[in-house]
Amino acid sequence: MSPEIEELYQEVILDHSRRPRNFGEMADAAVLVHGDNPACGDEIHLAVRFDANGGLEDIKFSGRGCAISQASASLMTMKLKGKSRAEVMEMVRAFHDLVTVDTSEAPKTLGDLRVMQGVRKFPQRVKCAMLAWRAVQQAFEQGSGEATISTEPA
Amino acid sequence: MVHKAVASQVDWSVLREDFPILRQQVRGHELIYFDNAATSQKPRAVIEVLRNFYEHDNANVHRGLHTLSGRATEAYEQARQRVAEYIGAASPDEVIFTRGTTESINLVAQAWGEKFVREGDVILLTVMEHHSNLVPWQLLAERKGARVRFLPVCDDGTLDLDQLSSLLTPEVKLFAFTHISNSLGTINPVAELCAKARAVGALTLVDAAQSVGHMPFDVHELGCDFLAFSGHKMCAPTGIGGLYGRTELLDSMPPWQGGGEMIVSVTLEKSTFKKPPHRFEAGTPNIAGAIGLAAAIDYIESIGRPAIFEHDSQLALYAADRLSELPGTRLLGPKEERGALVGFVMDAAHPHDLTTFADQYGLALRGGHHCNQPLMRRFGVSGTTRASFYFYNTMEEIDRMMEILHAAVRFFS
Repeated sequence: MSPEIEELYQEVILDHSRRPRNFGEMADAAVLVHGDNPACGDEIHLAVRFDANGGLEDIKFSGRGCAISQASASLMTMKLKGKSRAEVMEMVRAFHDLVTVDTSEAPKTLGDLRVMQGVRKFPQRVKCAMLAWRAVQQAFEQGSGEATISTEPA
Repeated sequence: MVHKAVASQVDWSVLREDFPILRQQVRGHELIYFDNAATSQKPRAVIEVLRNFYEHDNANVHRGLHTLSGRATEAYEQARQRVAEYIGAASPDEVIFTRGTTESINLVAQAWGEKFVREGDVILLTVMEHHSNLVPWQLLAERKGARVRFLPVCDDGTLDLDQLSSLLTPEVKLFAFTHISNSLGTINPVAELCAKARAVGALTLVDAAQSVGHMPFDVHELGCDFLAFSGHKMCAPTGIGGLYGRTELLDSMPPWQGGGEMIVSVTLEKSTFKKPPHRFEAGTPNIAGAIGLAAAIDYIESIGRPAIFEHDSQLALYAADRLSELPGTRLLGPKEERGALVGFVMDAAHPHDLTTFADQYGLALRGGHHCNQPLMRRFGVSGTTRASFYFYNTMEEIDRMMEILHAAVRFFS
């Protein structure tokens, strides 16, 4: 097995893609974001609920996609649940750096998400990794209702 | 090098030597190029012709009176003649050079569609069309208040011909369909479809992108009115392709792009236009590309299309057969006769994961919807993984692909 493949598809990633956490519907969601990756037909439906201070009280996702997009979404929901708006935004930025910037030392705050670092060697897969993160960013910007986002700007 | 028109008599391994790009390692492994339905590789003969043109004959066509312009014009028009012979057109005037299949279809949708399609008319397509033979008609229908209708696809990947007669009504002005499906490998019964369309007075357009470099055909035997194709899937450079149209149809069509080359005279008030094909070739054309296309045709004809078709079909059927041994894998498309490709879905791995995995072993596959989103929806998948072959591919490469796919099943399961 090539080292790049082992690094991209670490056991944690394969595990989350096979058994995604926080997967399912949310009855009382404040925002529902539909994310599309038209390049591969992948889709994610992200539901969030905010707490009194505007933090992320609960988050769930559904949809289908490649191992990278599914694992990224699953790990993301675990990491972001209970975080404040500012913490979420900071995490989105840090995760984007993690999968795109070749020099950065992965910040400890990212915890388990650091297993996604292998993506940076596969530029064609960055959109897969970022789909759920773009969706959560949109959810915070939107605050309520429903939205659709795409990896390909229309 | 003499090639005969029977696959078993051709030394395919010698042909492989004609393609410099195939002699390389990717990520430490011998390159296996199985993305030929997207674009084929180019033989040295074609690369040399391009180089020779730019080093000796390059000039603009049809306007200079100098020697180089004369040479370039002659080579360009000879290329048109060569294409006409290759597809069986009655005259080179029936061949318009375009950027490729997509531009050819857009040309018809705009030049012919603008003049002849009216509100309430119907354009009949099939569910297996590539977006390039779908979107131009949606745009036309929107402009004209016309409708687009679709012939369904059966579970086995063939067209549902039982429904054809109820869909081919007198309102149908054009039936546009693909010769070979780029996702399923289905080879459609073009002559039969054209005959049925003709019987109700509908014109036909054949998307020959996947067939033009792989199998012999003749536009008169097919009985089509238009045929669109690309050069780059048949050993020619990118950016060159063609549109065949019957003379009287092309004569009846207005220009679609205005500019130099396509006019007879221009005043400040009004212009008059050349006859086809030049009416439809505004601006400086892809001269080197057309010459490269003619060289590609010469190369393909030196092998023989019947032999290529036989060889490619054997590869595709062998691959289809071998795929059935993979656990949790579903092959799309017909079992018996198929074009030079296999499209499949695997329970264990998403097409993009599989494609990334394969690439680590130097195996170039394609994963995704293949510009066939409605067809993917029809089969309830978001995408497939596709291996597509050409005459320089081998059974051994397919065996190697199977080893890699088995490893992928183990890895992702």
